Amino acid sequence: MSVATRADSAIPAESAHPLAQRRPLGDRAFAILALAAGLLVLVILVLIAISTSQQASSWFSTVGTGIFAYNWDPGQNQFGVLAFIYGTGITAVIAVVLAVPVSIGIALLLNEVVPRRMAAPIVYVVDLLAVVPSVVWGLWGIIVLAPWLNHIYGSIASGVNGIWVLGFLFGGENISGASFFTAGLILAFMITPIVTSLSREVVATTPSIDKQGAYALGATRWEMIRGVVWPHSQGGIVGAVLLGLGRAMGETIAVALVIGSSATITSHLFAPGYNLPAGIANQFGESSGVFRAALMGMGVLLFALTIIINVIARGVVQRSARRARGA
Amino acid sequence: MMAVTTQPQGGPGQVDLREPRSWRRTRNQLATVLMALSFVVVIVPLGFVLVTVIAKGASIISWHFLTGSIVPNVLPANFGGMGPAIVGTLEITALATVIAVPLGVLGAIYINEYGGRGILARVVRFMSDVMTGVPSIIMGLFIFTLWTLHFQYSGLGGALALACLMLPIVIRSSEEMLKLVPDSLRQGSYALGASKARVTMTVVLPAALGGIVSGALLAVARAAGETAPLLFTIGIVTSVNRNVFSGATTSLPSQIFLNASQPYTGAQARGWGAALTLVVIAFIVMIAARLVTARFAKYSPS
Repeated sequence: MSVATRADSAIPAESAHPLAQRRPLGDRAFAILALAAGLLVLVILVLIAISTSQQASSWFSTVGTGIFAYNWDPGQNQFGVLAFIYGTGITAVIAVVLAVPVSIGIALLLNEVVPRRMAAPIVYVVDLLAVVPSVVWGLWGIIVLAPWLNHIYGSIASGVNGIWVLGFLFGGENISGASFFTAGLILAFMITPIVTSLSREVVATTPSIDKQGAYALGATRWEMIRGVVWPHSQGGIVGAVLLGLGRAMGETIAVALVIGSSATITSHLFAPGYNLPAGIANQFGESSGVFRAALMGMGVLLFALTIIINVIARGVVQRSARRARGA
Repeated sequence: MMAVTTQPQGGPGQVDLREPRSWRRTRNQLATVLMALSFVVVIVPLGFVLVTVIAKGASIISWHFLTGSIVPNVLPANFGGMGPAIVGTLEITALATVIAVPLGVLGAIYINEYGGRGILARVVRFMSDVMTGVPSIIMGLFIFTLWTLHFQYSGLGGALALACLMLPIVIRSSEEMLKLVPDSLRQGSYALGASKARVTMTVVLPAALGGIVSGALLAVARAAGETAPLLFTIGIVTSVNRNVFSGATTSLPSQIFLNASQPYTGAQARGWGAALTLVVIAFIVMIAARLVTARFAKYSPS
């Protein structure tokens, strides 16, 4: 398509015509400059992996396989980070579970329900969530939200203690306003804009002829969404959810303020915990030696984790976009 | 195409063809209510945060607060201010923009104008997407090991970390804009004998300028609010450091982070003031982006 024609129009300038011999030096220099800028992305990603791994090497070598143990106590030279990995997973899952239904709801609302001129302000409001800086979410979370949630958590916990799964998740003795759940809730606010905008793009690619067909068969709007939009969008929405998960895993500052800073593994979501980015942010300043190497190592783990999730997510998104175009 | 109204309006003289009240219609209405509710669920926390920040921040903000130096946390709210942090944030963000935007636009030029459908261009595009998902704290650790360990704390270190964060965002948004420039413009210029660099610089870039600027401004708004990349790279000071290239400095997000975990009401009040200042800066940049988009709407996405 367009790329091919562009190449064609550039070729005569390069060959055949005698003027081509005078292809200016500046032209080639510019091409090389652009190439270098493009390659910079790859160079930075490789450098991140190399430099942080190098800084973390003394952690890998002194602690060995114990890096995945559940024994974080820098004072006692114990540097197993399982609790941080657990916290990263659990807070990201809470965030996704809370944010995804809301995001899909807004995406469907924008594409299938409201008229276009009302869609723009709604998009604008949802995007405002992303303009509020992470640290402001954290400030609000710890000073306003956490004390308030503390009461609610307390009454929920006393209500469900002893009840099978509920007591397991929402019970426990060690209730705190700054907890896994508070962190997950704040993360949910923060990832909603990106999950919404990606889901919206996916939903918008549903061919309108299929939708009209469903309506012609007498379907209600909801039946049309279930029968046409949902099967068409499923793949792309999975990609959007994975991207949201990756974002939730890497968000640092808001979580560092509201997670409670306690490297423990517990099923009780209302208990204070820790995750990888918050652990790095809160402890880096006072660290040295193997302690600092361990924090660098947590960075390496986080980097690897988010790269893997993002590669999978982008792959899924691209594939579903290609399929949508082909349809 | 807009959504088709399923239920024809039963006006006077029209036969009401609608099915009698049924579970199907109830379920449809229930689903619509749930979708509307999901938007309400988003407005509530957003409104709550903004109202709190404005209410608590506005009471402390004054000229004295915006210019005063940073004081010990125990002092009450009417002492001190955020002057050094405001200067730091503006300087660091500006420097990061100067580093990241030209490189990002060049990268986008490579992907869209030179790389075409080649494998390398596709890899660069894909990895830029992936890089937008790399946590900002990783950029902080990266610049810490590569820069801060060798050259000490400085605003430049922070700017480099923020630039790493902005680069992939600028690349992707600029590339989308370059894609919208019609090919006929390029071909017309080639036909006049212009070289590729000249076509790109004098025809393609100006055509896409509006979209590129507005994309870059959105990246700036995002970077200005970032704390994690600055945590290990700029250090901390209590008085203004005008030199962004050497010596420790501070920023609004860093100060909010420090004040948020303080038990003293004075420190918390200063934190809210800093939060309002930061949110206002981010909003101004975002509104500027919208204005630019509106001004150069020609090749911007609708």
